[in-house]
Amino acid sequence: MLKKISNLPIHLILVIGALAMVMPYVWMIATSLKSQSQMLTYPPQWLPTEFVWQNYARAWQAAPFAKYFFNSIVVALAVTLGDLITGALAAYAFARIKFPGRDAFFALYLASMMIPHQMTIIPSYLVLAKFGEWNKAFGLDTYFALIAPFLASAFGVFLLRQSFLQIPNELEDAATLDGCGRLGFLWRIVVPLSRPALATLALFAFMGNWNGYLWPLIVTNSNEMRTVQIGLRYFVGQEGASQWGLLMAAAVFVSLPVVILYLIVQKQFVQGIAATGIKQ
Amino acid sequence: MTTRQIKKRELKDWLQGYAFLAPSFIFLAVFTYFPVLYAFVLSFWRWRVMRGEPTFIGLGNYEFLFTSEDFWQAMWNTFYFAGGSIPTGMAIALVIALMLNRPLRGLAIYRTAYFLPTITSLVAVSVVWLWIYHPDVGLANYLLNLVGLPSVRWLNEPRSAMPALIILGIWRGLGYNVIIYLAGLQNIPQHLYEAAKIDGANRWQLFRHVTWPLLTPTSFFILIIAVINSFQSFTQIHVMTQGGPIGSTTVIVYYLYQQAFQQFTMGYGSAIAMVLFAMILVLTIIQMKVLGPRVHYQ
Repeated sequence: MLKKISNLPIHLILVIGALAMVMPYVWMIATSLKSQSQMLTYPPQWLPTEFVWQNYARAWQAAPFAKYFFNSIVVALAVTLGDLITGALAAYAFARIKFPGRDAFFALYLASMMIPHQMTIIPSYLVLAKFGEWNKAFGLDTYFALIAPFLASAFGVFLLRQSFLQIPNELEDAATLDGCGRLGFLWRIVVPLSRPALATLALFAFMGNWNGYLWPLIVTNSNEMRTVQIGLRYFVGQEGASQWGLLMAAAVFVSLPVVILYLIVQKQFVQGIAATGIKQ
Repeated sequence: MTTRQIKKRELKDWLQGYAFLAPSFIFLAVFTYFPVLYAFVLSFWRWRVMRGEPTFIGLGNYEFLFTSEDFWQAMWNTFYFAGGSIPTGMAIALVIALMLNRPLRGLAIYRTAYFLPTITSLVAVSVVWLWIYHPDVGLANYLLNLVGLPSVRWLNEPRSAMPALIILGIWRGLGYNVIIYLAGLQNIPQHLYEAAKIDGANRWQLFRHVTWPLLTPTSFFILIIAVINSFQSFTQIHVMTQGGPIGSTTVIVYYLYQQAFQQFTMGYGSAIAMVLFAMILVLTIIQMKVLGPRVHYQ
């Protein structure tokens, strides 16, 4: 309908909107490359007069960012892997095995999705404090504390169950006749056939955990255990919000991994959101 | 097969079913189901960690909560934030989605641009906006000055701190809402538009009588999700304002955090958590009643 005529004003509005969306990123990158004196001039200048790449090196060394990155990667990968394993097993049980109480369990899993994370943080914190009294490795301020609460995601179970339900029963019957057990069938047939759903779950689990904030803020208190997000937050406090070049450089490298991941798998990501309505 | 063989096979099924469920169930039990019950129980106790043993005080925490000015200010701030960011954000998202819902050159670039803020770490985004809102040399004031408006002290003043967070909230949430709206628009059958056009409907009438009514479930879904999410806001507040100035950005989750993890009053914190839970539960039930539970994950 009237495509030729109507597209120009539409492009105009969309471009202005897109510029507004992207402006903070341009500003972040520009500031990250400016010298301290140029940064505090007014009116602000968009482009750095000289490119101070040192800001990145100085920011990286001003706080233990290497350690923060290591922690975030370990935690996000462990949570992703855990979600995939516990999710695939439970989804398989719900989709393809008959056992008493299955519907009740399913309802219980469904119900857990209605519980806001903020509601469980106080008790989870106390539980981990108790674990820590028995064994330090399972207490607060450990990898266990950062990982364990997210090792099962009801959302993941539902997502995978939808996918597992599509697999025809004949396949399972044939595999059983060939002497394939349930675990073997899950691993050799169901998992390869459900790659898109597993990839979606992995993507959301990784991104959500990488960007997670409240929980790691509460359970970590040593610098050695902080994730990148908490590290960046403390970096802001440490620099007293004056070294804006360093802060912007740090903001760039903290957000970069997920931004790159998003640019690579954009399509799956957008489809995943449209299909599930999940937000982080 | 004999009955005994069938029985044996059934039993094996049962055991395998439970075994497959066990790993996820254990973690859900320890870190979701038990905490929910524990939070409920704790909310009836007074307990400052490291300052003595818990004391049962019945509804004491709730009495204190509902008569506390701080709590009501946190509630007001929470609703202010939701009311300020959601309707505007949804309206902008709908306009953008309507424009993107056609074969356009550069569609992928637009989509990337609009969606980028949603996936970027909220801490990083908050640090950038802290800089944008700098009262003296910030970009926000520069843009205001460019069009002849006076500078604002943004996060440094109670009056403007929440509006500053609302602008950030709209910017960050826009891409998500656009995607959901686009999905909704693509579900509207094309033949309805064709039929309406044959009846002589103009573009406004097409929107008013076809698009808008058929998008109602989508709008409703976005509304509920957005309200739930805004009720849970914490990160940007912890990074940018720490609830200030003078409590003007202390939303409910930030209040919970202060009480439970700065004052270490776990019982009182749990009572706040129960109120938050009740608010979100009501919204979730409304959503399920109206839209059915499937939209969640289907």
